Amino acid sequence: MDLEVAIEKQHGSFHFSSAFSLSARRCGVFGPSGSGKSTLMHMLAGLLSPDRGTIRLAGQTLFDADAGINIPAEQRRVGVVFQHSHLFPHMDVQRNLLYGWRRTAVAERRIAPEALIDVLNLGHLLHRGVARLSGGERQRVALGRTVLACPRLILLDEPLTGLDEELKYQIIPYLKKVFGEFDIPLLFISHSLREMRLMTDEVLVFREGALQGRMATEELARSSMALGGGGYANMLNLGRPRLAGDLWGYRWGESELILSEQGENDENLFELDARDIMLFKRHPEATSARNLLACRVTGLFGVNNRVGVELFCGGNRLVAQIVPESVRELGIEEGAEVVAVIKASSFRRLV
Amino acid sequence: METIAILSPQDAQAIWLSIKVACAATLIATPLGFAVAYLLVFSRLPGKALIEGLVNLPLVLPPVVVGYLLLLLFGQSGSLGPLLQHFDIRIIFTLSGAVIASAVVGFPLLVRAMRIGMEGIDRHCLQAARTLGAGWWDTLLTITLPLSGRAVLAGMTLMFARSLGEFGATIILAGNIPGVTQTIPLAIYEYTNTPGGDSMALKLCLVSIVLSFTVLLLSEAATRTFRKR
Repeated sequence: MDLEVAIEKQHGSFHFSSAFSLSARRCGVFGPSGSGKSTLMHMLAGLLSPDRGTIRLAGQTLFDADAGINIPAEQRRVGVVFQHSHLFPHMDVQRNLLYGWRRTAVAERRIAPEALIDVLNLGHLLHRGVARLSGGERQRVALGRTVLACPRLILLDEPLTGLDEELKYQIIPYLKKVFGEFDIPLLFISHSLREMRLMTDEVLVFREGALQGRMATEELARSSMALGGGGYANMLNLGRPRLAGDLWGYRWGESELILSEQGENDENLFELDARDIMLFKRHPEATSARNLLACRVTGLFGVNNRVGVELFCGGNRLVAQIVPESVRELGIEEGAEVVAVIKASSFRRLV
Repeated sequence: METIAILSPQDAQAIWLSIKVACAATLIATPLGFAVAYLLVFSRLPGKALIEGLVNLPLVLPPVVVGYLLLLLFGQSGSLGPLLQHFDIRIIFTLSGAVIASAVVGFPLLVRAMRIGMEGIDRHCLQAARTLGAGWWDTLLTITLPLSGRAVLAGMTLMFARSLGEFGATIILAGNIPGVTQTIPLAIYEYTNTPGGDSMALKLCLVSIVLSFTVLLLSEAATRTFRKR
């Protein structure tokens, strides 16, 4: 997307200042509330003017304080999906969806409304008033409305925060599908590491109005192991299961995983806490756990007094979290062969 | 029908004048009122409190005082008088005077109703419209105006009803000239000062009630259609 930003803004007692340039298509802005994520979003969209600096997108200067350039929001072609959908209450779903599309030059209309309505599964709601939509439906319409304006970049400002857990993970496949299919660069703003991992490849970490770091999303997830409550979570995308006795068997690379939960979709997303994976030097003859996977250690990374063990098993990667003492006792090192033991009930279904 | 049949031509004229004045005052004040309400709600002007006070002043001042101030403003020795005279425009003791008096007195009610409506609009909706490519005018016409439609209507109704009943400012600025500036309240006032005019005054009172009630019903119906949409 080629976004270059170097801006400063004083907002009451809050000072925002950062400089970065991005080229990844799926990028995240991560930080706790009050870290300046929303301020940044508003300035990129043209809803708030920085005090100093420049913003450039795809070679075009959107803002330059010294040159007096400040392209208004309506001409920037930077879309925003807000935390709450903010649909136009006096229009039905169809008119909401087409609001931006009708204001987009014909030459710029890369996305066909029919295709998007299909992807977002909104066909049956087109003539419904927006007051009669559920939370998830509202957010899907808001997403569709923004995408149909065919922007050069879409800013998603905590689009899942207002939704309850279950709805949240129902929206994510739509998000992934839309951004995958229509190939629009996105900047995903959130304080949720899990959402970040699902939606982005690279993240900018903000704290107190300043850019603190920039890293691959995977790296951010690993560094979170140091935090008190959170461990590293493995994300597993599994297909349709087969019934295996009382449990469900999912194909996972060359091996099969046995889970206690049934996934109802063609693609099911499961989370597996790295702390729930036990490592054995040899194959344990008898265990109550249903999954015993022969793995090779491909790397180790330490965070405080915890060690993340990168495993390669049957074509897939997995991270297990153990303590340094176990590493020494088991003689775990790069290239070592171990058996990962996982209980069928350790997998948590997200979608 | 009987009531109307026994109304004198002068009464009929007063009714017609009242409707004309109320319509004109409402139509003239509405765009201005919308602009002022918009300014008060959405702008970040430093002197907002002052504008607000000024707009609301006619609401707390006795109408007679408003009328007198308008007389000072538009009178021949007033600040606007000579300028108007230059263009051969007369305000005092004319229908225009009655319209201006009504418009000024009803203005705070109009602005107040519109403001309440606009304050209820989700600001993020306006921001969303802009990021979707709608410029300022586009946003005003497609989002702000439809969303404040009910409030505009409510304000217009209040303004219209207030204009129908305007007395104090009108009698000072426009006088009480039958056929020219004599509206229903002024006609009633004249009847009550005339021996034996009580029954005539009562008839006009009835007309006044019917008129106001009709306006209320119409506005209620219009509001309902708005809500349905």
